[in-house]
Amino acid sequence: MARHRGRGVATINYPIGMNLGGDPSQALVHSNPTGKFTVALSSIDLGQGMKSVTRQICAETLGIPVEDVYVDTADSDTGPHCMGSFASRGTHRVGNAVMAAAREARAVMMEAAAEELEVDPGDLETDGRGSIHVKGAPHRAISVRDVAIAAQFRQGKTISGRGIFLVPLSDVNPETGEMSPATCYAHACQIVDLEVDDETGEVTVLKMTSAYELGRAINPKLVEQQLVGGSWMGMSHALFETPEPYYPDTREGPRDFNEYLMPGPGDICPHDIVVLERPAPDGPFGAKGPGEMCANPSLPAIANAIYDAVGVRIDELPITPEKVLRALKVRGRPEAPPRVR
Amino acid sequence: MLEMRKDIFADERADNLKEVGQPTQRQDMLGHVTGTSAYYDDHRFANLLHLKILRSPHAHARIRSIDDAAASRAPGVKRIIRAADVPVNLNTLLSLIQFGKDDEPSLATDVVRYKGEPILGVVATSERAAREALELVRISYDPLPAVFDVEEALKPGAVSVNPVYPKNTFEYHGKYDHQKLRFGAVEQAFAQADFVSEERYQMSPIEHAPTETNGSIAVPDTNGRFTVYTSTQALFFSLDTSAKINAMPSNQLHFIGGTVGGGFGGKVDTLTEPLAILAARLTGAPVRYRLSRHEEMQFGSPRGAERIYVKDGVMRDGRIVARQVRAYFDAGAYTRLSSYAVVKCVAHIPGPYTIPNVHADVFCVFTNRTPATAMRGFGVTALDFALECQMDKDAVAIGMDPLEFRLLNAYRDGDMKAHRREAKNCALIECAQVAAEKANWPLRDEFRKMSSKKDGGAERAGVADRTRMSTPAAPVRTGTSAPQRVTYERPAGSTSPPPIQSTPPATPPAGSTHGVRRFSSVFGTRRR
Repeated sequence: MARHRGRGVATINYPIGMNLGGDPSQALVHSNPTGKFTVALSSIDLGQGMKSVTRQICAETLGIPVEDVYVDTADSDTGPHCMGSFASRGTHRVGNAVMAAAREARAVMMEAAAEELEVDPGDLETDGRGSIHVKGAPHRAISVRDVAIAAQFRQGKTISGRGIFLVPLSDVNPETGEMSPATCYAHACQIVDLEVDDETGEVTVLKMTSAYELGRAINPKLVEQQLVGGSWMGMSHALFETPEPYYPDTREGPRDFNEYLMPGPGDICPHDIVVLERPAPDGPFGAKGPGEMCANPSLPAIANAIYDAVGVRIDELPITPEKVLRALKVRGRPEAPPRVR
Repeated sequence: MLEMRKDIFADERADNLKEVGQPTQRQDMLGHVTGTSAYYDDHRFANLLHLKILRSPHAHARIRSIDDAAASRAPGVKRIIRAADVPVNLNTLLSLIQFGKDDEPSLATDVVRYKGEPILGVVATSERAAREALELVRISYDPLPAVFDVEEALKPGAVSVNPVYPKNTFEYHGKYDHQKLRFGAVEQAFAQADFVSEERYQMSPIEHAPTETNGSIAVPDTNGRFTVYTSTQALFFSLDTSAKINAMPSNQLHFIGGTVGGGFGGKVDTLTEPLAILAARLTGAPVRYRLSRHEEMQFGSPRGAERIYVKDGVMRDGRIVARQVRAYFDAGAYTRLSSYAVVKCVAHIPGPYTIPNVHADVFCVFTNRTPATAMRGFGVTALDFALECQMDKDAVAIGMDPLEFRLLNAYRDGDMKAHRREAKNCALIECAQVAAEKANWPLRDEFRKMSSKKDGGAERAGVADRTRMSTPAAPVRTGTSAPQRVTYERPAGSTSPPPIQSTPPATPPAGSTHGVRRFSSVFGTRRR
C-alpha cells in the first residue's frame, strides 16, 4: 500500500487549419471619419480570443494603437465569409486575411497622408501611436485622425481594405495518401509528474512541464490561457471524462455535471510553460496557433507516467482508478516497478 | 508560469513589433467579467415560442406509427413539426464541400438509428408546454438489432446502420472503405527490424461540455428574411446548411453570433438552426431551440472514440524503420465530420518522426450511437495517444531513454513525410530539449546538441531515391538492457534504413487531373 511517483513524456506536432475543401477566410477593414478602424469578420470568438488576436494584428499592420481598432464579429450581413473557428485555423487564416485587408487600408491612409503633407507616400511612416510622419523628420507629421477627416471630406478616398487568405484544396491520393494537409505545424513536448495510489488506483497529477512552439505568440496572455486550459482538458480526457464509461457498451451514460466526471480545482497541478517561436513563413507575423495541440500531449504523457510509477500500461481511456486497480491486480503489486528511465 | 524563449530561432524572427506580442487585455474582457456580453440566448423577444424534440428511445428501430393528435391539442402547442415538413430532410454537413453523400435526416422518417435521434418537434408557448406535449405523442416501434463496436460493424452479416453506406463504412474516392497511406515497404522492414511490436489502443468518447449548450433563436424579419441568433462555431457553415435544409436562398438568412460560451468542436454541426428557422417559418413567430444539458451530454454529438492498432519495427540502435497503423473511427449513425477526421488522421501518420516505411488503413465506421463530431484535436488526439504510448513501449523494449528515443527519430527540416511533402519549419527537437531542461530530465550531450535545422534531408528527403537504394541491413548491436549508444546525428548514408523494395511511383493526387467543376455557395467553384 503505497503511493508511487512516475514521470512520463510525449512529443507532438499539430497541423494548422484544414484544407479538405479549400480553407478561406475574408476580412474587411475600414476607418470611420475620425481615424478609428473597424474590422468586420464573420469569425467566431469562442472565448479563445479571436477578436483580440485579430485586433492586434490589424493595429500592427496599420501602424496605429490597438485602442483605435475594434473588431466586429460575427454578423453574416456585414462580415465576409469565414470557414469557422475550428481546426486551429483562426489566428493563422483569419489573421492573414485581416493583415491583407489592413495592408490595403494602410496604403490608402498613407496616400491620403502624403497628399496632405505634399510628399511621396513612400517617404512616410507610422509611429504606432496615432501619427504619420516623414521618415527622419518626425516634426513633419499628421495624425491618423486628420488623415481620415481629409480622406473623407476633402480627398474623397475610402480608407478601407479587403483581405482574403486561402489555402487551396488539396486532393488526396486514394492509393498512397499523398496530400498537402497543412502549410505549417505547431509543436509541443510535455513532461508529467504524477503519483499513483496502489490501494485506491487513484492518479494524482503533481506537475506538468511543457514547451510549445507556436510560430509567434500574438498575445502571450491569450496563449497562456489556451495552454493551461488545453492541458487541463487533456488531463481530464486521460483520467476522468467520458459520456460512455463502458464503451462500446452504451449503458450508464451521464446526463449532467453531477454524473459527468471532470477534474475540479483540487485536481489542477502547477504547470511550467515555455513558449518557443519559429515563425511560419506564411503565418501572420509568423503565427501558427495554440488552440488544439496543447490538449494532445497530456493524454499519452500521463499514461506513460503511470507506467513509470507502477509498471502497468493502460491503453484504454479514460484511465480510471478501476482500470488501474484491475491492471495492478493482473500484474501483481510490484515492490519496485521497472523504471523507464 | 509562462516563459518566452526568444533566444531560440531568433535569427528567423524580427522582434521589433509594437502591438503583436503584447499581453494586451482582451477586447471583450469588460463584458465578460461584468456578465454583460451578449450570447445568443441573451436576446429577448415578445411572443417567443419554444421548440422541443421527441427523441428515439431505441438505438435502432423501425417506426411503425406516430400518433401526435393528443399532443397537437395540448395547451400552448402551436405546431407539430414532422419529417414531411422539412423541405430538404436529408443532408450531410460536408455536402457544402461536396464530400460525402446526404445521409442524415433532420427528423427521422421510417427508421431511427441511434438512441436520441430526433423524430418530431413540438413548438409551444413555453418549454414546459412543449415538454408536456411530447409526453402525449404515441409512437410504436419495431426494435431492430443494433451494433456498437466498430470491428463488429465491419464483419460480414453485421447489422447495417446507415442505408446510404450499407456496409457501415464511409466510401473514399468512390471505391475504398478506408483511406490508405503507403510509403516505403513496411513488410520488408518489419522482417529486418530487431523488435516488432503491435499494440491496441482504445479511446473514449468525450463530451465537449461547453458552459453554454447548443442553441439558436430564429426570428421572422421583415421582407421574408429571418434573423438567427446562434451559438455556432462556424457562421456561414451553419447559414448555408440551414439554407439548404430549408430550401431558402442564403440571403434570406441573417445570422448573428460570434460570442460563444465554449465550443471545442461541438458547435459546428448546426444542430438547432435549421429546425428553429423552419419552426419560425411555420408559425410566423420567433422560436428558440436550445439543447438541455441532458441532450447536450448524450445527443449533442460527442468526440467519437477511435480504436487504433500500431505496429512498429525498431532497430536496437533506436531507429524506427517501419510503422503500420490500422484505425477505426466510430462515426456513430451518420457521417457528420468523421469522414474528414479520417483524412486528417492519415495525414498525421506516423507522427512527428521520420520513418522510412509507413503503412496505414483508416476507416470511418458507422454504429448505432449518437453521431460523433469534431473536438479539439480532431483526428489527431487519438493518434497522438496511441503513437506516444507506443513510442514509450518501443523505448523500453530497446532500453533507451524515452525522450532521447523521440529526439533520435524526430523529423527535421528537409525530411520527407509519409504523405510525401517535405518537412519544413520543424521544432520538435527544440521543444523536447527545452522541456527536458526545464524539468531536469537528463539528456546526453549529443541530444542536447541536436537541431531541427541540421542533418535533415539528404537520403531522408526522397521517396524514390531511398526506395532505390540497396544498402545492407543496419548493423545489429548487442545488449538490450542498458541504454544503447545510438547514432545521434544520423549522417547521410551511414544509418540508412534496410533495403526496401520500390514504392509505387508518386502519382498525381486523384482529382487533380480530372473532374467535374461544381459550385458551392460556400466554397465557390472547385474541382472534384
